Amino acid sequence: MDITKGTAMEMRERIINKEISARELVKAHMDRIEEMEGKINAFITVTKEEAFKKADLIDAKIKNGEDLGALAGIPIGIKDNIITEGIRTSCGSKMLENFIPPYEATVVDKINKEDGIILGKTNMDEFAMGSSTETSYFGTTKNPLDLERVPGGSSGGSAAAVKSNEVALSLGSDTGGSVRQPASFCGVVGIKPSYGLVSRYGLVSLANSFDQIGVMGRNVKDAALMLQVIVGHDAKDSTSTDMERINYLDDLNEDIRDMKIAVPKEFFEIDMDNRVRENVEKAIKVFEELGGKVEEISLPNSKYGLPTYYILSTAEISSNMSRFDGIRYGYRAKEYNSLDELYMNSRSEAFGKEVKRRIMVGTYALSRDHTEDYYKKALKVRTLIKNELDEAFKKYDIILSPTSPHLPFKIGERINDPVNMYKADCFTILANLAGICALSIPCGYIEGLPVGLQIMGDRYKEIDILKAAYAFELATGGVNNAL
Amino acid sequence: MVSKEDVKYIAELCKLKFSEEELEEFTAEFCRIIGFVELLKEVDTEGVEATYHVSPKIQPLREDKVEPSLSREKVLQNAPEEQYGYFKLPRIMD
Amino acid sequence: MRYKTMIGLEIHVELMTKTKIFCGCPNDFGGDVNTHCCPVCLGLPGALPVLNKSAVEYAIKAGLAFNSQIATRTRMDRKNYFYPDLVKGYQISQDEIPLCSGGYVEIEKEDGPKKIRLMRIHIEEDTGKSIHTEEADTLLDYNRGGVPLIEIVTYPDMNTPEEARLFLEKLRATLKYIEVSDCKMEEGSLRCDININVIDTQTNTRTNITELKNLNSFKAAVKAMEYEEKRHIALLEAGKNTEGETRRWDEVKNETIVMREKGGVADYRYAPDFDIAPIVIEEEWIDEIRNSLPELPHDKKERFIREYGLPEYDAGVLTQSKELADFYEETNKYAKDPKQVSNWIMGDVLRRLKDEELEIEDLKFGPKDLAHLLELINSGKISNNIGKKVLREMFETGGKPEKIVKERGLIQISDEGELESIVKKVLSENQQSIIDYKNGKDRALGYLIGQVMKATKGKANPQLVNKMVREMIEE
Ligand SMILES: [Mg+2]
Ligand SMILES: [Zn+2]
Repeated sequence: MDITKGTAMEMRERIINKEISARELVKAHMDRIEEMEGKINAFITVTKEEAFKKADLIDAKIKNGEDLGALAGIPIGIKDNIITEGIRTSCGSKMLENFIPPYEATVVDKINKEDGIILGKTNMDEFAMGSSTETSYFGTTKNPLDLERVPGGSSGGSAAAVKSNEVALSLGSDTGGSVRQPASFCGVVGIKPSYGLVSRYGLVSLANSFDQIGVMGRNVKDAALMLQVIVGHDAKDSTSTDMERINYLDDLNEDIRDMKIAVPKEFFEIDMDNRVRENVEKAIKVFEELGGKVEEISLPNSKYGLPTYYILSTAEISSNMSRFDGIRYGYRAKEYNSLDELYMNSRSEAFGKEVKRRIMVGTYALSRDHTEDYYKKALKVRTLIKNELDEAFKKYDIILSPTSPHLPFKIGERINDPVNMYKADCFTILANLAGICALSIPCGYIEGLPVGLQIMGDRYKEIDILKAAYAFELATGGVNNAL
Repeated sequence: MVSKEDVKYIAELCKLKFSEEELEEFTAEFCRIIGFVELLKEVDTEGVEATYHVSPKIQPLREDKVEPSLSREKVLQNAPEEQYGYFKLPRIMD
Repeated sequence: MRYKTMIGLEIHVELMTKTKIFCGCPNDFGGDVNTHCCPVCLGLPGALPVLNKSAVEYAIKAGLAFNSQIATRTRMDRKNYFYPDLVKGYQISQDEIPLCSGGYVEIEKEDGPKKIRLMRIHIEEDTGKSIHTEEADTLLDYNRGGVPLIEIVTYPDMNTPEEARLFLEKLRATLKYIEVSDCKMEEGSLRCDININVIDTQTNTRTNITELKNLNSFKAAVKAMEYEEKRHIALLEAGKNTEGETRRWDEVKNETIVMREKGGVADYRYAPDFDIAPIVIEEEWIDEIRNSLPELPHDKKERFIREYGLPEYDAGVLTQSKELADFYEETNKYAKDPKQVSNWIMGDVLRRLKDEELEIEDLKFGPKDLAHLLELINSGKISNNIGKKVLREMFETGGKPEKIVKERGLIQISDEGELESIVKKVLSENQQSIIDYKNGKDRALGYLIGQVMKATKGKANPQLVNKMVREMIEE
């Protein structure tokens, strides 16, 4: 049997039981990467040498009978906007093509401490701006299920690498759906934790008040395992939450009888692929059959989610992207005659179109004459959206919806239609606006293309969405369904 | 509603350079946001507080304790140009 | 007065915390170039700021010392602009909700006290520093980047450069009293920007505000304000107005020079910094800080009047700085007469310090030495004048007064036998003065006494000489 096709849990078991060495496991995955990369381009940087070194360390630990971490030997991909010390972190941009960070992200530290093996840095939309991984400076990632289609984005490389068995687990980042939408497009499980659950220290900011690092795996338990490792308060991130740790794996079970499930009617009034709608409606029935109490609710403010998200996220982006000025690190233009030209030429030559577009829009929204009507207004509407969801979670445990209104689209099909691209985020952005948790789980296939079901849960109630997803997974084909 | 001058002003603020053609595109883009904003205008936000942080949790402040800094080598590791331990901007006085 | 000057100040003060405002890098002046830097204060992608508790505490201290309101819930904001010294393309500062708002500083004018109102005090990060080489290159050092600052903004309540100077003196003294900053202008730990304009009260026209920057001493600030005041008035008189521009003081030319044309209002696109969790300040903490505040200048002055029986003027001068007040109190511990101590400090000591542009901390001798000097005078061992001479030597060498007196043989001659021959000699050489004195010219007596003092190099006991000269003339 091909070891790369197993679950992360199995890989760990087999390493601990000495059925396979960490080196063999890494070797099998490196071979797989060699085989697949030419087709899908899921990685920007493969860290072969470091990975084998780490594998040998783990094998030595096993030999010496030392305790092993929760991720012992598991091959992992890290989105390239998560800082790795000594390993290039490019954010998919020409701007950081040669950027070697002198420090480590907290999540990477945690993975290393738990004996996970990082195989490389995965491809992404430039600075995570995009929903298709087509804006990467390092070329488009292709959907392993259909090489002509996008893998979603911005964490497209992380989703594709997991789906194609290049790695067992991966980290992505989710600002408006960037973990869940590619998970949906590639047919894997992707979790966006509640805001503050996972330290953002070392995540290159897109929009600080929305960003969360998320996880991807080929089934619910794998994703929960990864989540378990990276959560927790971090003194280096003042927005990370200090709260009691919940053991997602120990508490996970498939009993969702009497779980209160809401389905917002507005979500089904949105323009979407009818096949997606039917699939999701079928999935909702499964929850009913499992004993869940499904009710239709109304979230009237949810329709303001898109403009609110668009204004707020671009505003934050415009400020976050200012540090890339060609002075201390990153790309510096060769030609300039003044300081202003140094800034303008460096930034204009190194940023792609979508990045520039969002910086411009955000600068416009924050500029003197507009900040009151645009930015401040959006901050208030955000409150209304958040309050509405908070109210809903007083009555319901989870909210169901499609992850994306569409199936994975063809490469090049939408890249020049940014507005439609943004619109596809309509289901996912609500969780980011409210800081709640959400995940995407495969709920069926249409002509070989996966449909994702989104399960949203209350702030810090990851266990609720994990339980629901696990129950659904068992009921619809078992834990190996998505493999 | 949005003039090319407005677009130029924004580009100057965020230090980006565009061709005339691109400037035109942004004019259209900005009009689209105005459309979005029009949609938000119908929301009654009278007396609504802005959301500054979604998490209700408050974190303690950092204790004033010295932690190791980076070595200068690491500080300058990614510098496009450096000299005498400084980051360098050649031929630019501002 | 036809023309009324309006002066408002914006003062940036570096706080003396151990570490920077958002990271654990040391907050030290100097240090090797780019060695007090980390991912946070270099603004590397992915690094996050975490607010230093001491920085907040020091700012609250300042707020309390200036009678400001302390916000119980606030946040940090981003001020967006591009500058090489600024690592993130934005400065983390405070916009809508400053940590401290309102308050005032009371200055002591000759015609009585005046309150200068504060608009706000907020916390923010300092920028790095750039130097320019002869080859026209810019070199950047980020050791200062992220040092905690408070920005203090006043209302335009000062109407003369002198008022502004008094304000700055008082502000600096207070900040040093509460030990939140060393306020060294030459090291940049206190920096002051001035907004100045003039109103013609007859026509009610006013000049556009000039912003003065890059002032590296209070003296330069005063000169620049005086220069601008005149310039604004001259323009008003000529029926013209100023440009709303930024100018700097040129030490060499003794004039202000345009730095930046007015241009539009800067568009900083202020927005909350979501990387920093909301700042909540408990009332108990504010009380704790309030209780820990040392005695402030005003209270100390009142106490000096009460405790030492000093005139208000003396008490005001002696409490100008904590160091001076401490020096005075310490001297008093060893001396008997508080007013005498005050006279000596306010007179010879401060005059000399002012002449040499030194601070009380720079003295080579201590309070105990000064007390001993006064003791030598009070016990009659040396005269007052010799005491001044000894003090001069103490300034220069830092020597102990007893030792100086002994080594220089300055002990007062109070022995009639020892003085008799000298007095006789002086009288025999100045017969005319004796005649003058007998004819009622009192001044002649003084001259004769002076001659005796001169002959003894000032060591003779003046009272004794006075008595002996009178007696001998009578004979
Ligand atoms: Mg300031
Ligand atoms: Zn630092």
